[in-house]
Amino acid sequence: MVTSKDVQPADRPTPPAPASRFDLGARLLRFLDALWRPAIVLGALFVLWWIASENEWMPHYLVPTPGQVWDTIAGDWSSLMYHSYVTLYETVIGFLLASVLGLATAVLIAYSRTMDKALYPIVLFAQVIPKIAIAPLLVVWFGNGLAPKIMLAVLIAFFPVVVSGVAGLRSTDPELLELSATMGASRWQTFRKIRFPNALPHLMAGEKVAVTLAVVGAVVGEFVGASEGLGYTLLLANGNLDSAMLFAALFLMSLIGILLFVVVEVLEALLIPWHASRRTATPLTTS
Amino acid sequence: MPDTLTDTAVDVAGLTVRFRSKRSSTTALDDVSLRVEPGAFISIVGPSGCGKSTLLKVIAGLVAPTTGSVSLLGEPVTGPMRTIGFAFQRAALLEWRGVRKNILLQAEMRGMNKARAGVRADALIELTGLSGFEEALPHELSGGMQQRVALCRALLHEPPVLLMDEPFGALDALTREQLNAELNRIWRETGTTILLVTHSIAEAVFLGTRVVVMSPRPGRLVRSLDVDLPAARDYAQVMTDPTFGTLTRQIRELLGSAESH
Repeated sequence: MVTSKDVQPADRPTPPAPASRFDLGARLLRFLDALWRPAIVLGALFVLWWIASENEWMPHYLVPTPGQVWDTIAGDWSSLMYHSYVTLYETVIGFLLASVLGLATAVLIAYSRTMDKALYPIVLFAQVIPKIAIAPLLVVWFGNGLAPKIMLAVLIAFFPVVVSGVAGLRSTDPELLELSATMGASRWQTFRKIRFPNALPHLMAGEKVAVTLAVVGAVVGEFVGASEGLGYTLLLANGNLDSAMLFAALFLMSLIGILLFVVVEVLEALLIPWHASRRTATPLTTS
Repeated sequence: MPDTLTDTAVDVAGLTVRFRSKRSSTTALDDVSLRVEPGAFISIVGPSGCGKSTLLKVIAGLVAPTTGSVSLLGEPVTGPMRTIGFAFQRAALLEWRGVRKNILLQAEMRGMNKARAGVRADALIELTGLSGFEEALPHELSGGMQQRVALCRALLHEPPVLLMDEPFGALDALTREQLNAELNRIWRETGTTILLVTHSIAEAVFLGTRVVVMSPRPGRLVRSLDVDLPAARDYAQVMTDPTFGTLTRQIRELLGSAESH
């Protein structure tokens, strides 16, 4: 009788420590390591801005000092927070809708030849239309409320989701699909257990682009016709030559963009910890 | 014929497969007939592009025959067959799943009893020396270990027929010999009918009860050779056995003459 003990695999390394994949300390260190170089550049630019504005190399109505911007943010805190909230709301709803619609479209295109031929060229062609130019039309159609801003955010964020989703769903290894067939899997099982998880790295890359574009969509929507939101605040400040307020609005918009980007980034880390781009540990063996 | 179920595991009759592209059509397999008795280990060797892999895919129901017929355990093959296990050239593992969960994919897709499948998976993990690696992700494993996982997955549902498409082709010689020894043991212990496509003549003879030699494209069966060696095989012993030498030389000559045409 031959037992499994008689044949010892030669290529047998020691089992990996299970904790290595989710080491928070290592992750934080990596994050800080990635941060310090851009932080120095940003810091230098900030100091340059400070010196230039304090010495009035340019008049204050063009370039305010950091102090003036800070005073504006602190002084108009509650109103700025309200406008930020409006823009954030439009952006998030727009982004979520774009994600859902974009993914659904990507699935249709990836699964149906007819849809691929009928829909994909239109999606590509629609991308050529400058979405920002549609903004006035949307306001005429849907009024001054939140709807046209959300729609603009959706329109702009939709494209990267579709393209990355289609690329992801199509990148499935044909052998995995054949394997699935030999297991007697249904189309839904194959989608849920193989094609969708396989598409996630692509899709999340698209989502990161989409979320920053959604902010642009919401702000541009506010430019065209609004009574609230950071885009409206910015336009108002511009009309009043209130450069400190203008800078404050810009600063808050960027903050929203960065914040949402980080949220998607964290989501990505949670969804695809296995992907090559997220690996912290090196492979255990070389062969 | 009601008794085909008992005396034939795989029956390939007059199988021809043609692939058509826009400009041309290629004949991958030309009038191939093959009967495989239950419990046999058939090694299929042939030059690159001779349609060996296509033959396996037709038997699995993944590729439709142009003419001819295939039946598996007396059942005609008309679509993907659930009664087989398939091991691919590359391990084809899901990179987001750990070893155990990759093996259990088979159970999930087939709706097998969870508890029973779990016990079976653990037994296979033990059998193939993967213990301790249950949670390891594919990228943390060596090529040989990845193929072991694929083998476990192909065996999880205890398929009566196992189809293997050059599963050890990408491995180094030592790992390959070891996996061959393990496969020999698994074959003996499970009684599974195995069809193995390989490039290695030594591997074909070491594992097979019969070696089928194919010609270059269009693939035809040139010769079927019985391997007159005991079922339990040890590499060192088999290598020095005169039968091994005779057979490998014979196969090499067959392949050589087929190649020169």
